[in-house]
Amino acid sequence: MVKFAHLIPLFPFAAFAVNILFGRRLKKASALVSIGASVAALAIAVMAYIGNAFGGEGSYTVGRWISFNGFALDFGVIIDPLSCMMLLVVTVVGTLIQVYSIGYMHDDKRYSRFFAYMSLFMGSMLGLLLSDNFVMLYIFWEGVGLCSYLLISFWFERPAAARAGMKAFITTRIGDTGLLIGILLLFFTTKTLYFKDLAGLGINDATLTVIALLIFCGAVGKSAQFPLHVWLPDAMEGPTPVSALIHAATMVAAGVYLVARTYGLFLTQHTSLIWVAYIGAITALMAATIATVNNDIKRILAYSTISQLGFMMLALGVGGYEGGTFHLMTHAFFKALLFLCAGSVIHAVHTQDIFKMGGLLGKMKATGWTFIIGGLAIAGVPPFSGFWSKDEILSEILKGGHPVLFGVAALTSLLTAFYMFRLIFVVLFGKPRSELHAHESPAVMTVPLCILAAFAAFAGFFRPVKFEFLTMGVSIAISLTGIGAAYVFYILDNKLLPASLRSRFAFLYKLVSNKYYVDEIYGALIIRPCMRLADIASGFDSKVVDGAVNMAAYLSLTAGKVQSWFDLYIVDGIVNMTANVTWLCSAILRRFQTGFVQNYILIAFFGLAIMIFIKLIGGR
Amino acid sequence: MIPQSHFLILGAALFAIGLYGALTRRTAIGILMSIELILNAANINLITFNKFLGGPDGLGQVFALFVMAIAAASAVIGLVLVIAVYRNMKTIFTENMNIMKW
Repeated sequence: MVKFAHLIPLFPFAAFAVNILFGRRLKKASALVSIGASVAALAIAVMAYIGNAFGGEGSYTVGRWISFNGFALDFGVIIDPLSCMMLLVVTVVGTLIQVYSIGYMHDDKRYSRFFAYMSLFMGSMLGLLLSDNFVMLYIFWEGVGLCSYLLISFWFERPAAARAGMKAFITTRIGDTGLLIGILLLFFTTKTLYFKDLAGLGINDATLTVIALLIFCGAVGKSAQFPLHVWLPDAMEGPTPVSALIHAATMVAAGVYLVARTYGLFLTQHTSLIWVAYIGAITALMAATIATVNNDIKRILAYSTISQLGFMMLALGVGGYEGGTFHLMTHAFFKALLFLCAGSVIHAVHTQDIFKMGGLLGKMKATGWTFIIGGLAIAGVPPFSGFWSKDEILSEILKGGHPVLFGVAALTSLLTAFYMFRLIFVVLFGKPRSELHAHESPAVMTVPLCILAAFAAFAGFFRPVKFEFLTMGVSIAISLTGIGAAYVFYILDNKLLPASLRSRFAFLYKLVSNKYYVDEIYGALIIRPCMRLADIASGFDSKVVDGAVNMAAYLSLTAGKVQSWFDLYIVDGIVNMTANVTWLCSAILRRFQTGFVQNYILIAFFGLAIMIFIKLIGGR
Repeated sequence: MIPQSHFLILGAALFAIGLYGALTRRTAIGILMSIELILNAANINLITFNKFLGGPDGLGQVFALFVMAIAAASAVIGLVLVIAVYRNMKTIFTENMNIMKW
């Protein structure tokens, strides 16, 4: 039994160290360092996967980490089908995205730093996947959060990007705080931090429900679920490969992975599971509706990601562990593909507004066709990967006996097919809507697209196909309806139908196109009071604290003045008086110092005469 | 035999002449010469008192010789100083030698 899986994250971390320290000297070679590390990690991940699937290799412990007062924590590596699958997904997608970045970032001035961050991001995510306890997971969890901040605000010269990075960091921090409290609560109630102990902790304890919900909080923040979804669309300010990495492999997948990893805990706590399901359903539907009215190519994909993540949460919430994690994998491939396609399009036309594009399929063959494959996959058209995972989720929801949730899921699928083909029809078909000088991207960008397209097309067959004809029929019908509606709206009746619908449901349209005013509500309820509080604190600081400091300064100054007066007039006065008295005495005495020798002789003679006189009188 | 008072009057006269010269000469050399007179007045007194008041024979003469030797030395030093001053200041008048004055 070979135990080498813990080496997987070390390669990207080493690449990060090399690139951050020697990036200036490496220049373009830094990309090769990162990609080499990713390929090495990929190779080991493949070995681990094979070892797990065929050799039955499992989790193992690397060594003792913390030993404190009877409490012990080991560095452990968890190897099971879930972690192996995710390792493969992250390394494959991450490697392809890094290759793609060579083309996308080719003239960026912080080229090597970009690759350093990408490697750190991948390493953190891989470490997170391999952690077998909450402490390690939390460390890597925060590492992922840090990297998302660094990469979203990578072009920090743009205020929007800097603000988006901050927003992402702070919003996910809210969820992370919940997660931290959950971990601490878990430790203090059960004295364990290992995932493997979670299933057998006892049943229906209210505290455990609270713990499960707090852990879910962390997942909500990371996976951009309602109500903490606001950061993800803004995260589009980062470079497009970063968006692809965040959306497909690393950042948002961590939340779903966390729920899947702690699923044993959720299974025993039915209440928390229901929460997961409903939060997922709300997120899925809400984000899908927003995606149908947005005009920014990257934001549409961002809302699509939120919606799909909601879908996964919904699946996990109704007990569909298999479906949820399966969808996590297939989504990683086709969403990475879609984002990289979008990046290629943006690279070519230098705009993100889809209504300024059009007819790009003729000019960008590889990008266009891979884009269509990704669209078919996410819309759930067989035999592409999205169909199988989505179908499994739908049938699991139905089996779980949740008709309302099934309705929501079906509606979301319909909307997904609709907005994705709205995007595809508008961008790739029809006539160009503005002056565009589109050209196909270089091979270093299109080859990863083709590889990802192959994954997006066939990832559905990675596990045995289950045929459930009822839900399959329903799901195919839903997808085709959505695509058909998009066709009718945006190919046949190019302008009039959407416009008339828009005017008919003006209120609804306004609500949705303003993203349900969530940002505005947060602005009014949370950000403005916080700002007010900060203003008050700042006022207190500038008035009271600074006032005290200034008063101390003023008092010191006054005391200094008094002392200076004393010094000037009393101390110096005494010194000057001594000098003056001396001068006065000398003024008298120097009168005797005439400089005439005769005077001195005369004085000496008279002195002698006086002495003799005295002697004659007194010394008789 | 010449009485003692004659010698003493001679010494006093010499002293008075020397003192007068020291007080009235304007040149440094004149003052030095006057001081020599004062010293010789003292020598006469020394010999006189040795002769008339008793004491070992010749003591006064030895003392006088001693004073003469020292006077010669002091005169040499005085003349050297006068020459040095003259070289520097181009004068031997004492009223001009006042640069050390306040």
